Amino acid sequence: MGNTITEKILMAHTGLSEISAGQLINARVDIALGNDITAPIAIREFRTAGGKKVFDRDKVALVLDHFTPNKDISSAQQCKTVREFAMEHGITHFYEGGQVGVEHALLPEKGIVLPGDLVIGADSHTCTYGALGAFATGVGSTDLAAAMLTGELWFKVPSSIKFVVYGKMPKWVSGKDLILNIIGRIGVDGALYQAMEFTGETISALPMADRLSMANMAIEAGAKNGIFAPDAVTEEYVKPRARRPYKFYASDADAVYSQIIEIDADKLEPQVAFPHLPSNVKGISKAGNVKIDQSLIGSCTNGRIEDLRIAAGILKNRKAAPHVRLIVVPATPLIYKQAMKEGLLDIFMDADAVISPPSCGACLGGHLGILAEGERSIATTNRNFVGRMGHPKSEVYLASPAVAAASAVLGRIASPEEL
Amino acid sequence: MIFKGKVWKFGDNIDTDAIIPARYLNTSDPAQLAQHCMEDADPEFVKKMKAGDIILGGENFGCGSSREHAPIAIKASGISCVVAKSFARIFYRNAFNMGLPIFESKELADAIAEGKEITIDSSRGTITVAGSDQQFAISPIPPFMEQLIADGGLMKHIAKK
Repeated sequence: MGNTITEKILMAHTGLSEISAGQLINARVDIALGNDITAPIAIREFRTAGGKKVFDRDKVALVLDHFTPNKDISSAQQCKTVREFAMEHGITHFYEGGQVGVEHALLPEKGIVLPGDLVIGADSHTCTYGALGAFATGVGSTDLAAAMLTGELWFKVPSSIKFVVYGKMPKWVSGKDLILNIIGRIGVDGALYQAMEFTGETISALPMADRLSMANMAIEAGAKNGIFAPDAVTEEYVKPRARRPYKFYASDADAVYSQIIEIDADKLEPQVAFPHLPSNVKGISKAGNVKIDQSLIGSCTNGRIEDLRIAAGILKNRKAAPHVRLIVVPATPLIYKQAMKEGLLDIFMDADAVISPPSCGACLGGHLGILAEGERSIATTNRNFVGRMGHPKSEVYLASPAVAAASAVLGRIASPEEL
Repeated sequence: MIFKGKVWKFGDNIDTDAIIPARYLNTSDPAQLAQHCMEDADPEFVKKMKAGDIILGGENFGCGSSREHAPIAIKASGISCVVAKSFARIFYRNAFNMGLPIFESKELADAIAEGKEITIDSSRGTITVAGSDQQFAISPIPPFMEQLIADGGLMKHIAKK
């Protein structure tokens, strides 16, 4: 009986020669990630356990991206705690200030996470790196503390759901629409404790930016990880960035799946997740007349240069509707600079957008774009829970950069086709 | 262990933003987090609940973010344990890792009303309801997870090894 790519990567990080779904294992960790919200608890746990030295200073990544630039004194204190820890332990991959980007955009961009890796992060969207053919999963702060101390962590080997996507995605339909559609089909716990493995001709043709958006939202279906078999697209993305060896894994032909779900991408239209669950998904044609107060384009889901290019293509020579606050958040300094070189920032500013520094702030209702009572935002982010972006009586609608840009112009949830 | 307390009922998909909203994540102090426990699901919750009470959730309790602040807020509020039909996986591991007792029961949430007093006997694997002869089974906990609880959480488990 064969193994899935998820099982193979996990097995390669243990001393075991056989592995199967449901098994509890201890596995070696290649990269352990924390941010300014989750790392302070991990550091406290690490010290309480008598930790003197991290297992490998090259394998810990600490990224101060959530409540930065520091939003208040308490946030500044949390960043200080992490900074002092990073200095004390000589952490190689420590990012803050002008070097910081949204962690899940930053780590792939810098080649810190690579195909075949086992990555854990005290941030639920760590599953993003599955786009590269890595096993990557979100954990808590105590898990991060344990990994920083020992270089290992316990895992339950997940069973896998295989998604087979075929057909050519129509214009304005992206990886974001595909993953929203999938979450809409299976629900927010449709892949609970499982791996989501994305395959098929549509996936093979999918650019890396779209794969990253899809893997990013696997957690929104309850999954442990999302994963793509690495291929030529992966090689092209990874090769110029990697500074250590990496390995491509693939599922065996006779690997066992708990479910196989086929999706015809030919028939997809842009998708919108209505409040207050990422699974509350409708096609844009069924969105109705939903007026918006804010449009947020950014985040670990959709803040990459490809996303900004799509948004700029729509916003060129147009303006955000008078009552709409348009916020664009380039996810990393490199993306910011590239957007500047390509003239995208001019387009955004001419459209009356605010350009934010790279930060997770607005997406999780931290700062830099909070909603008041009764306000609505369309957002290219990943969660629309009650109170996610501000007041408990505000609303978040999840969509692609194309839909968010078109909606900003029209002042209501809209398809780019309407412009 | 025995847990005895009044239940506070919540629905399906209670997310970590409802358990502890991100606007309070500029601290990791348990006492401060406890003041906002379950705030966006029920703003009055911390005023109403008493130490020892039990949270009773539906499917996928604790979905969303990986913030360990969520089980920390619940534990520090005085809630003795959480029973739900199912738990989101990061919340599940966080609870075991940091020592918040959680139990799965598919039936309990649909069978009893809020305010009922229940007794959970974790060694016998049963939940009984005060003033009735109703009894429910707890889904068995894997031996490794039992060991984590017995050792007092993941870091103490590692220290022991």
